[in-house]
Amino acid sequence: MKPLRSFLDRIRPLFEKGGKLEKLYPLYEGIDTFFYTSGEVTPGPSHVRDSMDLKRMMITVVIALVPCMFMAMWNTGYQANLAMQSLDISTAPGWRGAVLEGLGVGCSPDSFWSNFVHGALYFLPIYLVCMVVGGAWEVLFSCVRKHEINEGFFVTGALFPLTLPPTIPLWQVALGISFGVVFGKEVFGGTGRNFLNPALTARAFLYFAYPAHMSGDSIWTAVDGFSRATPLGAQAVATIQQGVSASQQFAETMQSIHVTWSQAFLGTIQGSLGETSALACLIGAAILILTGIGSWRIMVSTLLGAYVFSWLLYGVGVTHLDSISNPMFLMPPHWHLVTGGLAFGLVFMATDPVSASMTETGKWYYGALIGIMTILIRVVNPAYPEGVMLAILFGNVFAPLIDYFVIQANIRRRLARNAA
Amino acid sequence: MFEHYLSLFIKSIFIENLALAFFLGMCTFLAVSKTVKTAVGLGIAVTVIQTITVPANNWIYNHLLREGALAWAGYPHVDLTFVGLISYIGVIAAMVQILEMTLDRYFPPLYHALGIFLPLITVNCAILGGSLFMVERDYTFGESVVFGFGSGLGWALAITALAGIREKMKYSDVPDGLKGLGITFITVGLMALAFMAFGGIQL
Repeated sequence: MKPLRSFLDRIRPLFEKGGKLEKLYPLYEGIDTFFYTSGEVTPGPSHVRDSMDLKRMMITVVIALVPCMFMAMWNTGYQANLAMQSLDISTAPGWRGAVLEGLGVGCSPDSFWSNFVHGALYFLPIYLVCMVVGGAWEVLFSCVRKHEINEGFFVTGALFPLTLPPTIPLWQVALGISFGVVFGKEVFGGTGRNFLNPALTARAFLYFAYPAHMSGDSIWTAVDGFSRATPLGAQAVATIQQGVSASQQFAETMQSIHVTWSQAFLGTIQGSLGETSALACLIGAAILILTGIGSWRIMVSTLLGAYVFSWLLYGVGVTHLDSISNPMFLMPPHWHLVTGGLAFGLVFMATDPVSASMTETGKWYYGALIGIMTILIRVVNPAYPEGVMLAILFGNVFAPLIDYFVIQANIRRRLARNAA
Repeated sequence: MFEHYLSLFIKSIFIENLALAFFLGMCTFLAVSKTVKTAVGLGIAVTVIQTITVPANNWIYNHLLREGALAWAGYPHVDLTFVGLISYIGVIAAMVQILEMTLDRYFPPLYHALGIFLPLITVNCAILGGSLFMVERDYTFGESVVFGFGSGLGWALAITALAGIREKMKYSDVPDGLKGLGITFITVGLMALAFMAFGGIQL
């Protein structure tokens, strides 16, 4: 590491005031503090000494995302290879096929490396586009506006690709991340000053601008001509049969798309790149909670809100089986938790410390609001089979208001206590 | 019947939110949303006005203006719908005056906090919009009470949420060119994106 330090020290004058590349100082500073702890300390009397600064915090989130990224690559390849097997195609089309041939791994769903490499050939281009385009915006803004380059962008750049379907065109990825970074974050002044989660802002923008590439049955598997619904999508269009028990009907629907509960839990199902595996999200949640970065209150309250509310709706569905017309009412609560993006959203998106509620009491309300909204959108709104994205954005909109009322209540309580 | 009113109520608050789905009442929405306190006050004022004027206009429309409505007075073929717009505005202006005097007499702090924006409710398009939606959708008297209350409440909810966000945005570092209204427009746009969660719900 010594040569790196001395190299950074040697080029430092170039970027300092009066140097040739003065305008690019944020870039230099970003790289320097990425490798080494910042030398700057608070000059005032009261400060906390901790090496856990914003950069380390954000990098920990990226580390917690590694299981999801791994599943994103493996499962995308696995689904593609399975689909190719069922359609009797032996080689992947285009440059991906050439790479797979060149590496000699072929396209077999039984081979770990084939699945992994095949999926990586879909995930990595999306990821790289996010990093390059999003990073360019970040550097541009920090150079012009003279603020530091922030690692918050690494998190956005890692979260956003994981919420996309594998077949998305790369220009849309670039457009989406541009919108997310610029309008979701930079116009408010950068990391820590925005009110919506930038990755979800980007996704919502793409979702409403290009619905054909963001929803439907044929986008989840990266093979042309193959289409299969996600569990939520399949249940939303199921027909209700009279005289058959609710659990029986649901089991038949899941059988028709070849999905079992344990598959949905492990993540070998159709879905956006990183959202399918509840297990990978659990590992991520463990890392976030142990390091104290993600709020366990938000995770627990979102989970409880979703679980309790889906029980309620499931109860309505089962008892009114003969009069109900919406098949989503028949989705059992434990299925709600493992399908779609609920696990991913509640672990990584809802807990975003910037856009979530700041007060500890507020976090309970905020989480419960997100959980309930998710199930409400999934079950009651026929326009969207999945509701996590919009539920979290909705929660973000009301988070400042929740904080406001929690703080007002605290003030009133203390005034009353002191008056007595 | 109750179920019908309930779904109309939910629909007018969330799905057809006057501020975030129809973008009505923008001038007050953007101008009086700096602090939560005044936003709550204005929200209550709009809700009260809306709850009174929509049913009042509904009564006027059904008993005086619509074609054949004057049959009780012996003019079964008279159609006065062309004076609709001006009558609704008149009713709204009268209601606002009464509310203003009431606030001035009984809640002076709120009266002063709302300032010029209270008389401006008269020309708030959310209020007039509520009455026009009522005519267009041919609501009954009961429905118009529910719709008036619900849509006012939805507008109040939206402006309070915006005020909460704007209070938090004191810590933001907005580019000079966007300070003030510019960033507020962007914020409202992003809020509307989140409110799309309700778009498409059939009640």
